[in-house]
Amino acid sequence: MTLDSIKPGQGGIIASVGGQGMLRRRLLDMGLTPNTKVYVRKVAPLGDPIELFLRNYVLTIRKEEASKIELKEVFNE
Amino acid sequence: MKYVIALAGNQNSGKTTLYNALTGSNQHVGNFPGVTIEKKEGQIKRFKDASLVDLPGIYSLSPYSLEEVVTRDFLLKEHPDLILNIVDATNIERNLYLTLQLMELSIPMVIALNMMDEVRASGNSIDVMKLSKHLGIPVVPISASKKEGVSELVEVAIKTAQEKRKPVKLDFCTGEVHKAIHAISHLIEDQAKEAEYPLRFAATKLVEGDELTFKELKITESQTHIIEHVVEDMEKALNTDREAALADMRYSYIEQICRDTVIKKQETREQIRSEKIDKVLTHKYLGIPIFIGIMFVIFWITFGAAGAFLQGYLEEIIALATDYVANLMESYQVSPWLHSLVIDGIFAGVGSVLSFLPIIVILFFFLSMLEDSGYMARIAFLMDKILRKIGLSGRSFVPMLIGFGCSVPAIMATRTLASERDRKMTIVLTPFMSCSAKLPIYGMMTMAFFPENAAFIMIALYIMGIVVAILSGLLLKGTIFKGEPVPFVMELPAYRIPSRKSVLLHMWEKAKDFLQRAFTIIFLGTIIIWFLQSFDWSLNMVEDSSYSILATIGSLIAPIFIPLGFNDWKASTALISGLTAKEAVVSTLSVLTGTVTDLELSTALSTIFTPLSSFAFLTFTLLYMPCVAAFAATKRELGSVKNAVLTAMYQTMTAYVVGMVVYQLGNLFI
Repeated sequence: MTLDSIKPGQGGIIASVGGQGMLRRRLLDMGLTPNTKVYVRKVAPLGDPIELFLRNYVLTIRKEEASKIELKEVFNE
Repeated sequence: MKYVIALAGNQNSGKTTLYNALTGSNQHVGNFPGVTIEKKEGQIKRFKDASLVDLPGIYSLSPYSLEEVVTRDFLLKEHPDLILNIVDATNIERNLYLTLQLMELSIPMVIALNMMDEVRASGNSIDVMKLSKHLGIPVVPISASKKEGVSELVEVAIKTAQEKRKPVKLDFCTGEVHKAIHAISHLIEDQAKEAEYPLRFAATKLVEGDELTFKELKITESQTHIIEHVVEDMEKALNTDREAALADMRYSYIEQICRDTVIKKQETREQIRSEKIDKVLTHKYLGIPIFIGIMFVIFWITFGAAGAFLQGYLEEIIALATDYVANLMESYQVSPWLHSLVIDGIFAGVGSVLSFLPIIVILFFFLSMLEDSGYMARIAFLMDKILRKIGLSGRSFVPMLIGFGCSVPAIMATRTLASERDRKMTIVLTPFMSCSAKLPIYGMMTMAFFPENAAFIMIALYIMGIVVAILSGLLLKGTIFKGEPVPFVMELPAYRIPSRKSVLLHMWEKAKDFLQRAFTIIFLGTIIIWFLQSFDWSLNMVEDSSYSILATIGSLIAPIFIPLGFNDWKASTALISGLTAKEAVVSTLSVLTGTVTDLELSTALSTIFTPLSSFAFLTFTLLYMPCVAAFAATKRELGSVKNAVLTAMYQTMTAYVVGMVVYQLGNLFI
């Protein structure tokens, strides 16, 4: 299951972060590291990007980027 | 002894608020060498010997984003005496990520733990003593917006800088990462010393595969092999790659510290409030209409109600001053050319630009409110999908929208864009938005040629500007601005009430910036245009501007516009004088045709243009290079005259090509 495929209100634990270069590094720097708990809060009105909640703050990333984040556990808030 | 203190921290951590609280009015705003990232420097209040440099707001010291490289370069090469690291206590985990990287630079460091008031108010707490002990550096709890703890912070900072107390070397890495860093440290010790790189930082960066460090330390090929070998061993043992391993190591260490020092019962009040506000402002159906509504109100106040009123008022004052000086000069019987230079050149030119000041000040009042409240990030969230297609992100939406009012503040507003590439591209595209100064030209032309369909023609022009910007964006994305676009990974900060001081300061900075330009480059530009308009080639002053140098240049370039359907020196001269301000196209045409009333002008215009060529002329005025004021802003934001000239040439070429296509296609169908 990847982060872009879960519904708002659901959350998960990150298994791995794919992609490469600047994008991947940015995701890791912002705290999207393996074993981190992350929730999807909202989808933007036009269907993209999505709003996340992790490490006690709110982050927004595009679905394309979220699709590179693999989750190992999915749960409802 | 003079101390240089570098202020570093995440975006949205209250860095600007703290900077304003620490420095007085005595500050200097410039750019970092070679790039257009803002560099603010100011004296710390009550400490004449200590100056504070505001570094860009960043989340990490990776080698990818320009802001991060600038910060890194400054810290490594300028050797500041102290790093003042501001940390948002309500978001401590992610903020400490940068802290751990800064600590590796082995520069004396103090942490300002900001927004402690919010932490306390929500019943949470942080054990500051314990945190300081864990990190081995002083931590001072503050609230920058309420100015709590700020004077203690300054004292601790100065003392730490005086004692040159570097962060104690701490080993927050364990196991395999530790082994790798240790091994590489030994290997490169001498080179690090030579390049003046802190050893620990250099070794960590080499493990991460940071190319910049490889280059600066002159790592040899055989060393590269050894490093690669060491790191591969580490990756194998940890079953992950190098970048993830290091990020994971830092965050694990932070989690450990937080477990020991942060007592958290609930989300802060501000966070809960933000979540509620966002239920409305980024609502699935209401979000975008509310955004349009907010922008409409801002536009209406800025360009309609208050702005226009103040602008009119200022124009009157300028007119009074002009009259006064004109009378004064007449009574002293100064020579006519000087009279003309001062009145027709300087007062008319600079005066017309100065009258934009109220609009700029009001607009920047609203922009600071949007930015400081946290709503700007939401606009990017709402609009990102639209702008992504042309290689930009949602953040570029606001400057482009302001472009419909005036390109000058729009270009100035690109400062809020985090990415250098996005900023440059936005600056190039924004003038394609039809600014309000072009309206009188549309009015004049539609009245003469399309009285029945005036509204339709105007809407068509607005849409054409947007379409050209989109196509142009696609073109630029694939050519000049190729390369990896900055990923859209953006924090949505909690909503906060903007501080009055920071809003006022922002307005003042922009007003000052604008005034400086009005009296330098714009001043010069208007004098040149005045000269060309008032003299003939033998440098005699002309009564009738149709004998002026400008008119000759106008007739010289007039044939260039044959493919666009008009070949008249009056039209080309009007286009040149439109560079002072776009409205000048109208006044010039009316002066050159010697007409006074609108009806006369309409009749005169019909001898110059056909309806089709008038539309091609409008297309050209819509798209060609903006006025001197906007050109000056472009130059300032792009950081070089060359880039500004290239931009202007690109815009003018685009205008020419589109105008020609309009005319030629039109000819086929009509």
